[in-house]
Amino acid sequence: MSGPAQPGEGDGAQGSSAAPDPAEVAGQERLSEQVMRTGMFGVGGSGDTSGYGGLQVRRPPRLASPRPYGSYFDEVADRLSQSLDQSGSSFGAAVEQVIVANGDLTFYVRREQLPSVAARLRDDPTLSFEMCLGVSGVHYPEETGSELHAVYHLLSITHNRRLRLEVTAPDADPHIPSLVAVYPTCDFHERETWDFFGIVFDGHPALTRIEMPDDWRGHPQRKDYPLGGIPVEYRGATIPPPDERRSYE
Amino acid sequence: MTAPADHDSDSYATGSEYDAEGRVYDVAGGDWDEVVVAAAADDERNSDERMVVNMGPQHPSTHGVLRLVLTLDGETVTELRPVIGYLHTGIEKNMEFRTWTQGTTFCTRMDYLAPIFNETAYCLAVERLLGVEAEIPERATIIRVLMMELNRISSHLTAIGTFGLELGATTVFIYGMREREKTLDIFELITGLRMNHAFIRPGGVAQDLPAGALERLREYLRVLPGLLGEIRALLDAAPVYHARTKNVAYLDVTGCMALGITGPILRAAGLPWDLRKSQPYCGYETYDFDVPVQQTADVFGRYMVRMDEMDQSLRIIQQCVDRLSGPRPADDPVMIADKKIAWPARLALGPDGMGNSPDHIAHIMSQSMEALIHHFKLVTEGFRVPAGQVYQAVESPRGELGCHAVSDGGTRPFRVHFRDPSFTNLQAVAAMAEGGLVADVIAAVASIDPVLGGVDR
Amino acid sequence: MGIEEKLPAGVLLTTVEKIAGYARKSSVWPATFGLACCAIELMSTGGPRHDLARFGMERASNTPRQADLMIVAGRVSQKMAPVLRQIYDQMSEPKWVISMGVCASSGGMFNNYAIVQGVDHIVPVDIYLPGCPPRPEMLIDSIVKLHDKIQNMKLGVNREHQITELEEAGLRRLPLAGGGAGVAAGAPHAAGRPQLGLLDQPAEGPTPGGTH
Repeated sequence: MSGPAQPGEGDGAQGSSAAPDPAEVAGQERLSEQVMRTGMFGVGGSGDTSGYGGLQVRRPPRLASPRPYGSYFDEVADRLSQSLDQSGSSFGAAVEQVIVANGDLTFYVRREQLPSVAARLRDDPTLSFEMCLGVSGVHYPEETGSELHAVYHLLSITHNRRLRLEVTAPDADPHIPSLVAVYPTCDFHERETWDFFGIVFDGHPALTRIEMPDDWRGHPQRKDYPLGGIPVEYRGATIPPPDERRSYE
Repeated sequence: MTAPADHDSDSYATGSEYDAEGRVYDVAGGDWDEVVVAAAADDERNSDERMVVNMGPQHPSTHGVLRLVLTLDGETVTELRPVIGYLHTGIEKNMEFRTWTQGTTFCTRMDYLAPIFNETAYCLAVERLLGVEAEIPERATIIRVLMMELNRISSHLTAIGTFGLELGATTVFIYGMREREKTLDIFELITGLRMNHAFIRPGGVAQDLPAGALERLREYLRVLPGLLGEIRALLDAAPVYHARTKNVAYLDVTGCMALGITGPILRAAGLPWDLRKSQPYCGYETYDFDVPVQQTADVFGRYMVRMDEMDQSLRIIQQCVDRLSGPRPADDPVMIADKKIAWPARLALGPDGMGNSPDHIAHIMSQSMEALIHHFKLVTEGFRVPAGQVYQAVESPRGELGCHAVSDGGTRPFRVHFRDPSFTNLQAVAAMAEGGLVADVIAAVASIDPVLGGVDR
Repeated sequence: MGIEEKLPAGVLLTTVEKIAGYARKSSVWPATFGLACCAIELMSTGGPRHDLARFGMERASNTPRQADLMIVAGRVSQKMAPVLRQIYDQMSEPKWVISMGVCASSGGMFNNYAIVQGVDHIVPVDIYLPGCPPRPEMLIDSIVKLHDKIQNMKLGVNREHQITELEEAGLRRLPLAGGGAGVAAGAPHAAGRPQLGLLDQPAEGPTPGGTH
């Protein structure tokens, strides 16, 4: 790691009782992440010797936030943890990760536990997240094993708080339990997420397409679905549709 | 009534008592009384007056392409299903192929009656991801609030105007359009367009107020209360209006919570929840205004809430105008100072229209290489937004408009999802209208004030 | 049925054409197909400032059976396209179509899976009106140009000749070369003739302020 061990330090397992350097942890995690995009200026397979063609950008890792989270986040996490303990489950079993970033608190909830966690969040008087603001789907094609994310935003009017629940599901088994029984407002939102991402919400009363025509094939907002435009015609020339143009990333 | 005839004696007889269309009665002659008695008895057993009626997607209600499938029992609606998706444009997916600044132009066309709110929600989300919320110039923030409140007025005017049109009160439509034209004149003066402005950009606003804008705004503030008073005088006490709107489309707070309803519907039900007061953004905590609330939870209550909100918006606009007038410091930008984010163009009116000012061109071409590079990179590539996700909500005229923006560290959004209030509020139309009359369906939909561009995105 | 069957020929026909054209153009009833943002500008055009009633068009016919003009105002999604065609088919002759806005004319800024790239893929269009959204004055300009076209539409035998002439002129004309400024070319509503799909002159008007 940082050079040959000094004499008298003992072997590594004994000497380093201190916590590993977070920067190193992040570095290791980053190198182990999938490659997100390669090359610059959309160049590939050409005689470009600048080296930019070989650029590989990796996704930054999802680092769990350490305690204390700040503002009301600790109270919410503590109360949810208590509530889960009382019922026999535990916070660690239900919530994979807690991330505090950009002023938002996010719980990464295991999909099997989602309805019970949501019911607890809604009914517990200290938590009291009465309103769900819907589901949003995100597709991360590089995160093998958890490509499809469903993001729920909750709002507590009583306590004036916000919370985000994020649930993942793999492409091979895109099932997430439905929250319509807990928050009926998720009806249209879950239909939309099914329509656009192919996430099947088990327990939804009528999971059908809502935005696309009923006989549409494919789930348009997935990353492997093309944008579907046509070449733009000019006088004497055409330029390709937006998803096939040269990208300056 | 005779027994059903068999096939030999009557070639038209089906030979059974029930046909595809219902019970078969054979009339032989002289037995009319018996047939009538039998038919009446059957009617009581299974009254089959239900009709399935399709309203839309092209129908006079001017809220856009909404399709309602009604099951009617006479004039009463027993079941109502809304069908949407006829205006789905794929805006969210389109934004993934454009830079962060170009996203404004796309998202502004979602809820096209309140474009400034779409832009503001998106730009506030981007600024939070960038971490530059504290660096947005104050003048830009005040202009954003000014534009938002003007948009709230124009959106409510359209809502009330079309509401009157659908109820048959065409004069209200004319009044609403007349006031709205004055508001659109101010938009055109400040942003250059009447609708779909793309004026609010990440980092600030596109350009400063032109000369004479404050004077026009003061004129507007003088004139509008009287014109709003005309609408009130026409509607507030009209008995026909009361008959069509009071106790119609009732939805109380519990129903709103379950269905995720926010905005004027929730405030008409009695809960004073307004994001401008509870979770203020853009400096709303420094403005003096009230949140109008009604207790009736019916169509009339929502109408009153919208009218009162317009009055409150006028108050806020007056405060904005006061803050924007007066002596200005030498350097009073409307775009963030960080040159790696700020949109580089300084616009000016030239002989061929609006474009880059000659000063700016001279600056980047002959004075500063860095400015040229910034201009080039920002326009072609755009700025990079650190990876992460954020949810930013604003109080649009229809409710809570939220923008969930996910960035992967690049120059384009990885995923942008808008939680549109009309999309969620439309789920309430079934709860409001089932059990009522067909005419009340129109009133219910109009009181929700959905904008199908936002619903379908 | 209709006036076309009983038409005389020659000078008398010309007079009848003029009267019929005048009558038709003075009271065009729009079947407003208001879809998106352009629908709001369409409503504003019917409002008090830009008044469509002075053209006899304030009575927007909500039923297509009584409508003459379909103003496709807004973006047409894939789900809406069959509905659009059905409404167009339900209108009775003579009928005209204005595609209002860039989304209806060509798909606009939405070059993607969800939007039909121009309603001329579905219905024959008489006037294309660009703008995002076009100002009410631009819409009125396009309506006035349509009125010219309606006024000059011939009947009966002359109509056949007119169609043939316009088609040949269209075939000779280079695309976007601006042949015949102000005169709408193409005869998309010829009964039984295929539509050529060449652009008519777009309505001119003050250029809306752009973002740059």
